[in-house]
Amino acid sequence: MAAVEHLQPGASHAAGAVIPAPGRRWPASAARPVWHALRRSPGLTLSVLVLLGVAAWVVAPGLFTSADPITGVPAERLQGPSAAHPFGTDQIGRDLFARVVHGAALSIQATVVAVVVGLAVGTFLGLLAGFLRGWVDDVVGRVVDVLLAIPGLLLSLALVTVLGFGSLKVAVAVGITSVAAFARVMRSEVLRVSASVYVEAARSSGARWHAVLGQHVLPNASGPVLALVALEFGAAILAISALSFLGYGAAPPAPEWGSLVSEGRNYLAAAWWLATFPGLVIVAVVLSANRVARALERRVED
Amino acid sequence: MTRYVLRRLAQGAVVLWAAFTVTFAILYLLPSDPVELMASGGGEQSVIDPALLAELRAEHGLDRPPLAQYLHALGGAARLDFGRSYQSDAPATSLILDVLPQTLQLTVAGLALSVLLGVGLAVASTYPRTRWLRHALAALPPLGVSLPVFWVGLMLVQVFSFQWRLFPAIGNDGLASLVLPAVALALPTSASIAQLLARSLRQTLAEPYIETARAKGTGRARVHFRHALRNASIPALTVLGVSVGQLLSGAVVTETVFSRVGLGRLTISAVNTQDIPVVMAVVVFSALVFVVVALAVDLLYPLVDPRISLRRAPVAA
Repeated sequence: MAAVEHLQPGASHAAGAVIPAPGRRWPASAARPVWHALRRSPGLTLSVLVLLGVAAWVVAPGLFTSADPITGVPAERLQGPSAAHPFGTDQIGRDLFARVVHGAALSIQATVVAVVVGLAVGTFLGLLAGFLRGWVDDVVGRVVDVLLAIPGLLLSLALVTVLGFGSLKVAVAVGITSVAAFARVMRSEVLRVSASVYVEAARSSGARWHAVLGQHVLPNASGPVLALVALEFGAAILAISALSFLGYGAAPPAPEWGSLVSEGRNYLAAAWWLATFPGLVIVAVVLSANRVARALERRVED
Repeated sequence: MTRYVLRRLAQGAVVLWAAFTVTFAILYLLPSDPVELMASGGGEQSVIDPALLAELRAEHGLDRPPLAQYLHALGGAARLDFGRSYQSDAPATSLILDVLPQTLQLTVAGLALSVLLGVGLAVASTYPRTRWLRHALAALPPLGVSLPVFWVGLMLVQVFSFQWRLFPAIGNDGLASLVLPAVALALPTSASIAQLLARSLRQTLAEPYIETARAKGTGRARVHFRHALRNASIPALTVLGVSVGQLLSGAVVTETVFSRVGLGRLTISAVNTQDIPVVMAVVVFSALVFVVVALAVDLLYPLVDPRISLRRAPVAA
């Protein structure tokens, strides 16, 4: 019976390859190894550049495009990609590239909110479970099991039903679905670190629990959690764009990436670029986030 | 064996109960008033006759204290009764059962395709002797898991329906209309299966017993398929429950993209009209599917790996 126990779905394997393996400590001076890793792997470098580029779109969209994302030029409607309009124009003559660039702020902000919600609630629960053990651990474990048993999108939809529509509400609804993953990784990290000799030494030399937590447990547990942040960032972009595609995100003229794809849906035959380019941008960002997550996982494993 | 199954059934029932409780807490205890929405027909807020509100509340049992509502709902759920839809007044359970066959077709086709593609890709990215070919194939799964289902669906429609006119873009009549939705649904899931299985295959191929088999002169194909694949498939089998959940989530999006009747479209329209009993029923149903698949997988383990026995405790490894 015991042999089956550790293979049960919902136990340690449920998220499979995506959950980073428990690792060792995160080096304090990280700058040089990071530079080395970037130079060795062009794919990773490209991924970091994509993420930095999108971050720049969020901060200063005006630097990348001078076209107006909300009001169009009717004379230039439904034009294919060209030098003037790299992603083409939509049915009322708005520059699609400008809409994607300006939409980055909405989509990425919602993603960041979702990850922060998942990270804050999840690590808090995981910390409680791992630090206090006992019945708290059991309760948190059950909550995590339940969150894993309900498919993410359906749980988000149930939350959207009562919270209502809008970018921020969608972000919170998506964030809740990633609580389980964060709680699980944090709990296992806290258990691992708490069992280590240096924590025992700190405790026996009279350190208070909060000092042990702040100086030993949290810094040493942060590696795998950081890798999970990158991974959940990609997952949150996918989930948020799906909900925004379904029409639960920001109201229409706002150029959220998911709703850009859904606007293009009505012009699939006449204007292929409308649905294609915003989707490609989503794929590029998610792919980059996943690539960075894998690099972080590897650093932890080494 | 029987004792084991009974214990797992009990565990599954606890997860289901907890899922029901969490969903109830979300849907009924968060501050939102379904009755006012019902009365205003999902439109903007308007002044509604308080007497009508009270009547509706009483009709759906929403005037009772939360605990009484919860116990009533729990009792109903145990008999698969989730109350009546606020929109159509039909029982939520029968609404689900009406469209279930359509979604079942889609998800079963999607699952079969994801397993086929996933296993195929995992084997293809570990089997060839050519290094660059292995690397090129191993790059595909990370790309696949980064694809939004709705976008894949639209791209497929664009190419195969509008340009080449091979398959219908919308609807659910016949096998032809199932092809594109099933492919769109299966691509991301197959990628995550391939990712997991390929990683597990690479680990298994480095095991000493594989070395032994090779040393004894076993052929490359036989080592790969007969010795390695079976053991390597355990982790992939474990996430099957998660994969099915992913497919159900994907069905919501796919059915919208391809305008198919099904559970996903039912869910979307229920969310749009805040039809809480239907949303509740769908979420609990999806948890039920997860629990059943997880149990089925548990019972499948011994078939795949005879070292795993459900009957007796094994010798400590």
